[in-house]
Amino acid sequence: MFHWLEKRPFFFAVAVFVVIAFAGLIEILPNFAQASRPVIGTKPYTTLELAGRHVYIKNSCNACHSQLIRPFKSETDRYGHYSLSGEYAYDRPFLWGSKRTGPDLMRVGNYRTTDWHENHMKDPAAVVPGSIMPAYTWLFKNTADIDTAYAEQLTVMKAFAVPYNKELPMADGSKATVALADTVEAARASALEEAKVIAADMKDQDVKDAVAAGQVPEIVALVAYLNSLK
Amino acid sequence: MENRPLEYDYTVAKWFMLTTVVLGIVGMLIGVILAWEMAFPAVNTIAGSGLAEYTNFSRLRPLHTDAVIFGFTLSGIFATWYYIGQRVLKVSMAESKFLMFLGKLHFTLYLLVVVAVVGSLLLGITTSKEYAEFEWPIDIAVVLVWVIWGMGLFGLIGIRREKSLYISIWYYIATFLGIAMLYLFNNMEIPTYFASGGIGAWYHSVSMYSGTNDALVQWWYGHNAVAFGFTVPIVAMIYYFLPKESGQAVYSYKLSLLAFWGLMFVYLWAGGHHLLFSTVPDWMQTMGSVFSVVLILPSWGSAINMLLTMKGEWQQVAASPLIKFMILASTFYMFSTLEGPIQAIKSVNALAHFTDWIVGHVHDGTLGWVGFMIMAALFHMAPRVFKREIYSKSLMGTQFWIQTLGVVLYFTSMWIAGITQGMMWRAHDEFGNLAYSFIDTVAVLHPYFTIRAVGGTLYLVGMLLFAYNMYKTMTSSRRVEESELQNASPMGA
Repeated sequence: MFHWLEKRPFFFAVAVFVVIAFAGLIEILPNFAQASRPVIGTKPYTTLELAGRHVYIKNSCNACHSQLIRPFKSETDRYGHYSLSGEYAYDRPFLWGSKRTGPDLMRVGNYRTTDWHENHMKDPAAVVPGSIMPAYTWLFKNTADIDTAYAEQLTVMKAFAVPYNKELPMADGSKATVALADTVEAARASALEEAKVIAADMKDQDVKDAVAAGQVPEIVALVAYLNSLK
Repeated sequence: MENRPLEYDYTVAKWFMLTTVVLGIVGMLIGVILAWEMAFPAVNTIAGSGLAEYTNFSRLRPLHTDAVIFGFTLSGIFATWYYIGQRVLKVSMAESKFLMFLGKLHFTLYLLVVVAVVGSLLLGITTSKEYAEFEWPIDIAVVLVWVIWGMGLFGLIGIRREKSLYISIWYYIATFLGIAMLYLFNNMEIPTYFASGGIGAWYHSVSMYSGTNDALVQWWYGHNAVAFGFTVPIVAMIYYFLPKESGQAVYSYKLSLLAFWGLMFVYLWAGGHHLLFSTVPDWMQTMGSVFSVVLILPSWGSAINMLLTMKGEWQQVAASPLIKFMILASTFYMFSTLEGPIQAIKSVNALAHFTDWIVGHVHDGTLGWVGFMIMAALFHMAPRVFKREIYSKSLMGTQFWIQTLGVVLYFTSMWIAGITQGMMWRAHDEFGNLAYSFIDTVAVLHPYFTIRAVGGTLYLVGMLLFAYNMYKTMTSSRRVEESELQNASPMGA
């Protein structure tokens, strides 16, 4: 049979394709039948949080920080409850990372504050002596891209029925709604309102001035995202 | 048909040889910068704090991986294809104007994509998925480059004189199909600009898959991009170049069959080992783990086939630095394909995952196996392509030992770093509390990071020697006759 195949490139290629595609069919497709369903308490990202997530991706934070707590005592002691599949239901793309040069950030919002992040991003080694993380000073100068975040929200709401503007059950029995603006102008305005709350907890005068002038610096969006990781 | 040897046309092969060397140096240089940044964080602002955004670790890291994968390795794959393809199919590119045009178009578009990738990654335009960071406009261009290569590949096969496809051709076909399938499915994304009616950045997209599913598809891709980028086409190279250079026949045809079909079937299952103890279903994790161990068989099948090809001719290893490169490459292949399955065993993975041991594993495979094999391939091709002898044998030997030392320093330091950190993360004191804070487990790594940076620098130095040797070969080495190009490559002192 192999001698026959070796003289017939077409059938050879078909045979190779069948053999390599087989595993994907068996392993990957079944999981899509039961697509990630959100656990109680998981909410889609707000415009500002999503813009912050884009800042996280833009700077490849995931190159050094994981967002996946494995079910070991040493990990749950250090980072909190192990990760559940449904918690990632609104993560496009997933940001589990594959290397922990720095600590896991899956639940960083539970134990770090806006103030901590501000100091840390300016000079990591001043907050954590011995840290090898570089400073991210440009986050204080660059402006976050709110429009693109809003475009992504609209896209996932249309294409994947992400439940914006819908009541979602929370862990404590209450209901919560993540609002999505009707227009890009309204989205900018609501992101700015969120940004003001964050900026109020920050010390950097340039950041405060920018927010007062209607701009959202990248650091503000990033902190909003990090604070949402719980 | 006239009774004279074919004149092969190596124009496109030469161009890709050039990008192999240049992008290899660029990618490895970035890697070395990253290594020093981890050892000495001040290096992050080496170009001043104003440019820190573009020189800091996280922005450069994807550029390093993509430059060595899609720059160095892929150029090497294409260069060797445009060389091996003609020779084993017994047909010249010059015989078909259309195939020649496709080849040149292939190279030109490839170069444009490289430029777009470098620019976009430096600006932070990325999807964040490892080795699939490119946004949708570049993805489309990549698919185009791939399709053009495929047309050229099957076109050349279509007009071949030698009817039986040599082993290397099997592997090139598999490379084409494998990457095509993986890349398409992993990069399914929706451009937000168009979906939202023209809001935000035009190049931005959102993944079609979310959370756990996204991870599953990504590591099915990520693992098998290694299969079809770092294994399959490199095996294609060694099956051609080792028998050619040594003048020995491949040891066993049956073993090559077993290894090929075994590799095709088994490799794709193993992606799950990147996701052990994650939130993907348990049975997939177990499958990933089990198949990773089974993967030793076809991997070692090829490697042993290569080593046994040298049976009775081991003096060549001592005599020829070119044979040295290939034998060490297949040895590192065996080593790396044993180490990988060990790391895929669940209990070992619990310790190794997220640590530098994984980084070490990747690099003994890429530096030792992929890098050495591609350089050996280019060394073998150079005299045939440029009709000049290899400029310096002693320089080649020096390069071999410098780079071997570099690789050894790299993986040994990363073993120690990874296992040390993994053990410290899980250590508890007598009361059951964590024994170390995270920063303790970082500070302890400094010496190993430094040793790794030295190892990487040595490899880069070797790469520069390689580039110099190739340049001199191309420009000023002694010209050779066709009769000198039978087996062992002619080398100057």
